[in-house]
Amino acid sequence: MTQLFEDYASAPGVFDEMFGEDGLRPTYAALHQRLCALGSDEVRTRSDYLSSAYIDQGVTFDIGGEERPFPLDIVPRVIAAQQWATVEAGVKQRVTAIEHFLADVYGEGKVFSDGVIPRRVVTSSPHFHRIVARLEPANGVRVHVSGIDLIRDAEGTFRVLEDNVRIPSGVSYVLTNRRAVTSALPETLTGQTIEAVNVYPQRLLAALRAAAPSGTSDPTVVVLTPGVYNSAYFEHALLARMMGVELVEGRDLVVQSGRVRMRTTRGLRPVHVIYRRVDDDFLDPVHFRNDSLLGCAGLIDAARAGNVTIANAVGNGVGDDKLVYTYVPDLIRYYLNEEPIVPGVDTWRLEDPSHREEVFDRLHELVVKPVDGSGGKGIVIGPRASAEQLDTLRATVSADPRGWIAQPVVQLSTVPTMIDGVMKPRHVDLRPFAVNSGDDIWVLPGGLTRVALPEGELIVNSSQGGGSKDTWVLAETGPTQAQSQSQSGGGSQSQSQSQSGGGSQSQSQSQSHDGEGA
Amino acid sequence: MLSRIAESLFWIGRYVERAEDTARLIDVNLQLRVEDPTTDPTASARSLLSVMGVQTDEHTSPADVLPMLMHDPAAPTSIVSAIAGARESARRARETLSVEMWESINTTHNSVQRGQLKRLRLPAACTYVRERSTVIAGTADNTMVQDEGWQFLVLGRCIERVDMSARLVTLAATSPTQKSAWSNVLRACGAHHAFLRTYGAMTTDQKAAEFLLLDRLFPRSLVYTLNQAEKALASLDQREHRIGQSGDASRLLGRERAGLEFRDPDDVLMALPERMTQLQQACSTASAAVAERYFEGSTAALWQGGEW
Repeated sequence: MTQLFEDYASAPGVFDEMFGEDGLRPTYAALHQRLCALGSDEVRTRSDYLSSAYIDQGVTFDIGGEERPFPLDIVPRVIAAQQWATVEAGVKQRVTAIEHFLADVYGEGKVFSDGVIPRRVVTSSPHFHRIVARLEPANGVRVHVSGIDLIRDAEGTFRVLEDNVRIPSGVSYVLTNRRAVTSALPETLTGQTIEAVNVYPQRLLAALRAAAPSGTSDPTVVVLTPGVYNSAYFEHALLARMMGVELVEGRDLVVQSGRVRMRTTRGLRPVHVIYRRVDDDFLDPVHFRNDSLLGCAGLIDAARAGNVTIANAVGNGVGDDKLVYTYVPDLIRYYLNEEPIVPGVDTWRLEDPSHREEVFDRLHELVVKPVDGSGGKGIVIGPRASAEQLDTLRATVSADPRGWIAQPVVQLSTVPTMIDGVMKPRHVDLRPFAVNSGDDIWVLPGGLTRVALPEGELIVNSSQGGGSKDTWVLAETGPTQAQSQSQSGGGSQSQSQSQSGGGSQSQSQSQSHDGEGA
Repeated sequence: MLSRIAESLFWIGRYVERAEDTARLIDVNLQLRVEDPTTDPTASARSLLSVMGVQTDEHTSPADVLPMLMHDPAAPTSIVSAIAGARESARRARETLSVEMWESINTTHNSVQRGQLKRLRLPAACTYVRERSTVIAGTADNTMVQDEGWQFLVLGRCIERVDMSARLVTLAATSPTQKSAWSNVLRACGAHHAFLRTYGAMTTDQKAAEFLLLDRLFPRSLVYTLNQAEKALASLDQREHRIGQSGDASRLLGRERAGLEFRDPDDVLMALPERMTQLQQACSTASAAVAERYFEGSTAALWQGGEW
């Protein structure tokens, strides 16, 4: 039997999160020890269990109408409490600044008159929607849910790669990953405390209820999905189920006299808050694409009349446009009078002729991205592209310079990942999710770690062959070994005892544990 | 509850029951052939297929039975497509189903897609389908809140069971040459044991038919199942009704049940195929009436977009 990490070698110039230059990093010490104690064969068996569990549970995403299980790796990604504190503060700061910015863009526009960002950057964005100008959300929140994509560079520093303030997806996998990995590797949980993630649906529901139009004492919240063929349908269903609200499709809704109602077996019932997972363009055929059958005619008018809250707000796309991204540090300074806590990645604005010239000279060593892309679509990685591809790219960019930005190739950090039964370094990113209830921005501890499964691949999106990892944020208390053991003495340890023991004694133990517990 | 979800639940009930009952039909047909070697296999195959509503002609052979009723995903009458239908409906109502119920449907679908039914010997495949269906139904009854949604599930299950039992009875009634036809149908319904406990081992066609059609305590008899369907409909209907039945579905099903129950007991075997056809017709009309009353929202008025 070979040792689990015996032949593991991280690539030079890349930050590996488990092994540094001096060997094993302390953050991963406990996990590493438990995994090695299990041994290679056992970890492989557990890994097989994971994939069959996801097929049985139907944890899937759709590509082109085909349902596929979402690959989940057996090795969790671990983040130390201190690192997380920085990330959390950085995400809150960013979301706060973007909220201010959106309120300003659809309100007074002081950010333009003060010369922080040119007005044309916003008005030329395809996601700028004049129809919602001066539409004041009930509790002032536009970004109810956001996902800020982070990477760790060659030094291990977290950097923001992009913001998602329209309809970020992936949080369902955070919830299912935790359940699957902890049931596959229960041993690894002893000796360390991990921040819980299962409070997310409760937080989300609270934030959505808080966003209800004023005057509704017991608001009805629904999740609006494009339907079963959407790639994230699994997530829509999971969130609706865990929040205990209806999952509706556009055809289930009807707008009458400026009020939204849903068709039920007992007739039409009012709807007050729509957590929509349908893009702006498809939301309301009256104002947007008139061939859309995914939305509901009259929704925007109902929102303007103050009878329904659409979450996230319409027109948020100007906040996560990748050209606007280059202005976010300035926006943080302008609105909050603070320095950015988490830095971004150097970015060239291709609409600027001098930037464009420089980028065109170095195209073979840069990454070029469309400003409104998601899912890794349209990204060209210079060092991997052929000469013809680069020529095509030059022509495309010259034709629409507003539509593109360029960044240096950032070597994403790696985490050991089981590939064909062997541990290999694979690149990861991190998408923490933030929920804004109006009183407070709450960041889900951890978030979704996506991992690029092909060797050396830097694009982690699931549509491009990416998988995911469970993400563990170690608890703040940073317990010494002795402390944590005495803590878990009442917790996970006694629980496992009661499971294996089965006798009346252990039963009473587990009962008393339940009594004290959460 | 959303109309669209109610419709999905209703169809989960129907599809799961359909898969089970089809397996029972295949099983009884197999038994008939094994026990009576004089049976003409081609005629028996044609009668089975036509009972299931499959068009048959002079080219229909016994080799068509298993694809049409079990394996062919393109045939609407096959078990594979019934299970796929249940799974698709479950996927659309996933946030409403209990996790365990979703998983029991999903794993059944996955294993059938991977060829489980072809791997097993035929009797074992029929047993497998029956057992999975029981697991799904039992999981639903034990883990779902017994609210409106569950009532729709039960209603779908009952209407389908009446329809399929009517086909089973037709199959027995149209094989008059076979002595064991009725006792095999009893077996197929899982009623043989129950029948023996009730009547002793004195099987006559008359007694067997009475049991399958009229017994008030056996959960697969027509009268029992119709009663269940009526109960589900009554609990779905919140209106106060002091006179008669409100709703076409309960009126139709009630009339059929009364027709069975109040018939002269000596006539129970009379004109069975015709009466069973009429019962199937009533099921289909009742199903349409339920759809019109409760699922109307799922066929919403469409937004007419595009050029004027």
